Amino acid sequence: MSIIYFLIGCSVLLALIFLAAFFWAQRHGQHDDLYTPSVRILLDEEPESEQKK
Amino acid sequence: MQPEKFYYDNKIVRNFGIATVIWGITGMLVGLIIAIQLYRPEMNMGNQYTTFGRIRPLHTNAVIFAFVGNAIFMGIYYSLQRLMKARMFSDTLSKLHFWGWQLIIVSAVVTLPLGITTSHEYAELEWPIDILITIVWVIFGINMFGTIIKRRERHIYVAVWFYIATFVTVAVLHIVNSIELPISFTKSYMVFAGVQDALVQWWYGHNAVAFFLTTPYLGMMYYFLPKMANRPIYSYKLSILHFWALIFIYIWAGPHHLLYSTLPGWAQSLGVVFSIMLIAPSWGGMINGLLTLRGAWDKVRDDVTLKFMVVGLTAYGMATFEGPMLSLKQVNAIGHFTDWIIAHVHVGALGWNGFLTFAILYWLIPRIYKTELYSKKLASFHFWIGTLGILFYAIPMYWSGFTQGLMWKEFTPEGMLKYPNFLETTMRIIPMYVMRSIGGTLYLTGVFVMAYNLYKTAVQGKLVADEAAEAMPLERLDQHAAGERWHRRLERKPILFLVASLIVILIGTFVELMPTLTISSNVPTIASVKPYSPLELQGRDIYIREGCVNCHSQQIRPFRSETERYGEYSKAGEFVYDHPFLWGSKRTGPDLQREGGKYGNSWHYNHLMDPRLMSPGSIMPNYDWLIRQKLDTSTTGAKIRAMQKLGVPYPAGYDKKANRDLDIQAKGIADNLAMDHIKVKSNKEIIAVIAYLQRLGTDIKANKTANN
Repeated sequence: MSIIYFLIGCSVLLALIFLAAFFWAQRHGQHDDLYTPSVRILLDEEPESEQKK
Repeated sequence: MQPEKFYYDNKIVRNFGIATVIWGITGMLVGLIIAIQLYRPEMNMGNQYTTFGRIRPLHTNAVIFAFVGNAIFMGIYYSLQRLMKARMFSDTLSKLHFWGWQLIIVSAVVTLPLGITTSHEYAELEWPIDILITIVWVIFGINMFGTIIKRRERHIYVAVWFYIATFVTVAVLHIVNSIELPISFTKSYMVFAGVQDALVQWWYGHNAVAFFLTTPYLGMMYYFLPKMANRPIYSYKLSILHFWALIFIYIWAGPHHLLYSTLPGWAQSLGVVFSIMLIAPSWGGMINGLLTLRGAWDKVRDDVTLKFMVVGLTAYGMATFEGPMLSLKQVNAIGHFTDWIIAHVHVGALGWNGFLTFAILYWLIPRIYKTELYSKKLASFHFWIGTLGILFYAIPMYWSGFTQGLMWKEFTPEGMLKYPNFLETTMRIIPMYVMRSIGGTLYLTGVFVMAYNLYKTAVQGKLVADEAAEAMPLERLDQHAAGERWHRRLERKPILFLVASLIVILIGTFVELMPTLTISSNVPTIASVKPYSPLELQGRDIYIREGCVNCHSQQIRPFRSETERYGEYSKAGEFVYDHPFLWGSKRTGPDLQREGGKYGNSWHYNHLMDPRLMSPGSIMPNYDWLIRQKLDTSTTGAKIRAMQKLGVPYPAGYDKKANRDLDIQAKGIADNLAMDHIKVKSNKEIIAVIAYLQRLGTDIKANKTANN
């Protein structure tokens, strides 16, 4: 059953990668504003030059 | 600072969209054909290349990797560019990704009907295609991360986080599950055997569902649903929580596919615990999606894309509630190996993946073609016929699953199996199979209508291949200031940081090493279990080629209802030479693990030629080509050598003598058949298959007699 340790190792590794990603996100202020991003994606304004056409 | 002007690449989105529709129709059509084969075996057109065992993997691969795969890339390429306010990193990589992925699918369409398969469920493609998948996946990754790096929007929206998790995890899963030893260009053996191989496969299989069918779609849901409803997601905070909780829990749930198997109990329990925990983040996501529509349900009445989204999300909620329930041992005891599982996955696939894909296509195609949808009526028709299709599919399959699962377990008051003949339980559910194919037909009809509708939409509009956009370039974070912040934090909490990182590392090491220290080996080696003879090995490879494992399990669970029916329950030590394992996940036919010696050679011969001769009413197809085709013995040496490399104890130099033994055993079987007035040459494939079937499970039987 030694394979299970390998798999657990792989899973822990993945978890650590995601943990690092989480710390990165936390540190870079990704989670500072938990409202505006949800609205911002709705605003896809076309460039003014295009609108004039 | 001046805003920068750039262009979104819509052409690549369109291309993935077309591929989604074409492969969707193909995959579902193959699904319909095999569904009909389950009550009309002659629907295989008397042809080995279109028989259930070979094209069932084609169906699963086509709908998962071709239909859903292309839909994922369509959704990601559209939303990622807009979320990152940047064109895709490289047009060349986009093209390579697109054509590479189609090449993979085409090779699947060619190789699977030919019987070229590893037999790992949802990973049947052979090693050269595995390598191609890896390359294309890396191309996709570079393209995605390149885009993220050159983004003009500091905040990475939650959808993109889901895409990143998809990329990272699928890469790891695919590589670990594809560790195989090639024998030729079209054949390889899995490096791991038996229980170990089963665990790798289901660690992969479960997470393929998680990170291919779920996370990318959640990401797309978080982008497209707010866009469609034109209102922000109900709670962005919840979406962040949802994401991190989901990815940390999902990866541990795989062993719930192996309950009551020979996998160690603690590993099974681990899988169950995490499966139950999964309800929380899954339902968090579903509720977040549905609540986004609060106060906007009037829109749902008018807008067909939103209707698709609502049913899709509901299906997701149902499937993610049912999944944890099915992973409870008591429920699993009845549901496993039955059509219940088929119902479960199709609620997910048809409802969640299918309906979200349709919604996105209906929303996106008119937008990139700068036009309106050709016909809202047709789209509405698609929605209703699709929903009916799901109901007509799922309800009969639940019914069939409960019926058969309970029939298998029913005893008479005298303590005998009430339905000792497996076929009786099959005959009972055939009406359900008919109903199911009607459901599938309805669903597929809807997809055809959608294809027509989208085609008309595209024709009436004009593709905006490069869509102009403007955004402010990202201000570079002041390196110095950022560095200082980092330093300051570290200075303030150095001990805290040290302790935190130490704990993380310790947990990892503990989980990894502790069991190794306490349990030397969980696989008891059984002295009487011997490697397969060369003929049996060849027969096993034909069994793999024909995809017998798609309908016949080789895994007897420790229930009285199973040991009465099939014989002694499975032991881990029995599978140590099984590269790959062939436990199967569905019993359309009976379990075969103790098949050896149950019937005579002539029974097997007649049964393979025409199953209805021996079991009237059987739904197994005829395997008459096994009688016509000659066994290819040129590969025997290479196969023995590969097995030796994998640790199977054949004597040194046996690869040279193997074919001599093979001939002797084959002649023996042919002579035995001749006694029953069956004339067949000993060099035919059927002889090898019979040899393998007669060997199955006999090692343990021999052991028992010896002990008695």
